[in-house]
Amino acid sequence: MSDLVLDKVTVEYSGPEGRRLALEGVSLTLSQGEVLALLGPNGSGKTTLIRAASGVLPLREGCVRIAGAQKALHDLPPAERARWVAVVPQAAHLPGGFSVLEAVLLGRTPYLGWTGRETEKDLEQVRWAMERTNLLELAGRSLGTLSGGEQQRVLIARALAQGSPILLFDEPTAHLDLRNQIEILLLIAEMAREEGKSVLIALHDLNQAARIADRVALLSHGRMVSLGSPREVLTAEVLTRLYEIPVLVIPHPVRGSPLIVPDGADSDSRMSGDADREGTGARREDPDAQADQTLHPQGRSGHHAPDLG
Amino acid sequence: MAGGHAARIYLLTAVALAAALVISVAVGAVTIPIREVLALLLPGPFRGVLTPNLVIPASIRTIVLEIRLPRTVLVALVGAGLAGSGAAYQGLFRNPLADPYLLGVASGAGLGAVLAMSWEGPGGEPVFARLGASVGLYFVPAVAFAGALVTVFLVYRIARTRQDRSGVPDSHLSYLILAGVAIGAFASAATSFLILRFQGDLQRAIVWMLGGYALGGWEPVWASLPYIVVGLIALSLLGRALNVLQFGEEQALQLGLDVRRARLAIIVIASLTTAAAVSFSGIIGFVGLAVPHLVRLLIGSDYRRLVPMSILSGAILLLLADVLARTLEAPQEIPVGVVTALLGVPFFLYLLRTSTRLSV
Repeated sequence: MSDLVLDKVTVEYSGPEGRRLALEGVSLTLSQGEVLALLGPNGSGKTTLIRAASGVLPLREGCVRIAGAQKALHDLPPAERARWVAVVPQAAHLPGGFSVLEAVLLGRTPYLGWTGRETEKDLEQVRWAMERTNLLELAGRSLGTLSGGEQQRVLIARALAQGSPILLFDEPTAHLDLRNQIEILLLIAEMAREEGKSVLIALHDLNQAARIADRVALLSHGRMVSLGSPREVLTAEVLTRLYEIPVLVIPHPVRGSPLIVPDGADSDSRMSGDADREGTGARREDPDAQADQTLHPQGRSGHHAPDLG
Repeated sequence: MAGGHAARIYLLTAVALAAALVISVAVGAVTIPIREVLALLLPGPFRGVLTPNLVIPASIRTIVLEIRLPRTVLVALVGAGLAGSGAAYQGLFRNPLADPYLLGVASGAGLGAVLAMSWEGPGGEPVFARLGASVGLYFVPAVAFAGALVTVFLVYRIARTRQDRSGVPDSHLSYLILAGVAIGAFASAATSFLILRFQGDLQRAIVWMLGGYALGGWEPVWASLPYIVVGLIALSLLGRALNVLQFGEEQALQLGLDVRRARLAIIVIASLTTAAAVSFSGIIGFVGLAVPHLVRLLIGSDYRRLVPMSILSGAILLLLADVLARTLEAPQEIPVGVVTALLGVPFFLYLLRTSTRLSV
């Protein structure tokens, strides 16, 4: 009913350095009630894919559409598009002058047009959205005075107020402290489980993805290199190759889901053979590698990993 | 902000506007008592209650109804138009420096006006002087109006032609500002050039450019009123769209706003309003820039309130500035643009230093 279909999506950026493909033939289907996490190093195209999937970024080839709909998302008028798909951007540079309530009310834009006034039904939806995001007490506060976590919640509430079945998140946990990261993630997972929202979420943190995602998609240089359940996709071998840094994957001690540990040791330990041990749950002990590091620090320069923040 | 607070501020502003209108009519070369002004301005039923048995000389009646009142209404319209479009432009460009003249309306109108004044017919006589009273009256403002609109159109086309395929949101706005500044500079240079080789009445052109009300009577009011009133009502209704635009092009689109159409509507309406104001009043600086900032200090950044409040406040402030312009050097009249800048700038700078809430 409200599946989102991305079909061979190709996006080209042109800048002073010429043109380059930011996305190349990415296809996926987001099903209703599913959380699908987009993962990949910086510059792999996660944010671009979110922007393309929201219908605001022109595609060079391919299309994005709601399953069953005739028109592509890009060809719909903005208001109709926004009734299908809501986007939660990163909480950077919010205009400080608005109150929380005013900002969340803007989520009703697709139903009000330029000049409309909110009806009781609009206010009802807004109240619900603010309740779900714990914002009712902050309703009168101005955006500029909120913490990063609160601002992110405002953006989520605004998207919920939009009432659309599909939610797209662009790194919603960036710049948040641990507690806020987890609270936001669990809220997002709840939206999928309890409200039946389809969630496409770009994430940096592999463990966060492993925790809430039903499926994960790995992007590299604008191409999708892997798509499947976290257990299938998040293996040490794949991640080591993708991020160009040794990565350990062990089962989470409580949940059993994959737990990813970036290693960053020198080349001796960067062997896929180590990764095979993940099934046994054994933690790799490698005092030699440790010693090598201290003795030959320049040995690490081969695999610096700027991508893992 | 609570609804009651907003309602009180609206009410206070409306009262202040009424007071400014009455003061503007009462003050001048001849000071007219407030009760006589009220007697002439208020509709019949009120008149009977407030000022029974008041006999008003015909000369006073003429001064009030044929000279002061049209001037007052025109000043209020121009102040409202400049401040309202200024608020809309600041919202559109999300830039605290934006004012109604950002896209070249003023320099385009200035070039048009000077062209019209300096255009010489075959006998070396200015064309507008030969057009006869009724046509000649409108010749300069009409050409100024055309100049303003042609300039904005050019600016918009140039910015549009610079096709942006980088996928960077909002870059269209930067091109608009750059094109506006460039074409504005060109038009100003052309205007200076024309004035330098102008054989006729140089002071007339300069006074126009500084914001002098060259024309009296009701005709300019009727000529500019439709544009300004319709434009300002439309801009007030666009408050919600302006609010959405504060989050940037991309989020506005994702929230379901047709950004391209909304921006075009705001540019067209604000430019028409400004052009109508400029062509009859000349270039009055600073009102369109400062008034929205002052209003923001009082009521915050919600454009559904900010635009209407800027409109009311712009009318009030320009009325008061005009009263000063008429009285400070009486019987000489100072161009009102000089007053707004000389008094407004220090006040604004004071706010800039002291206020923590001054922002966009």
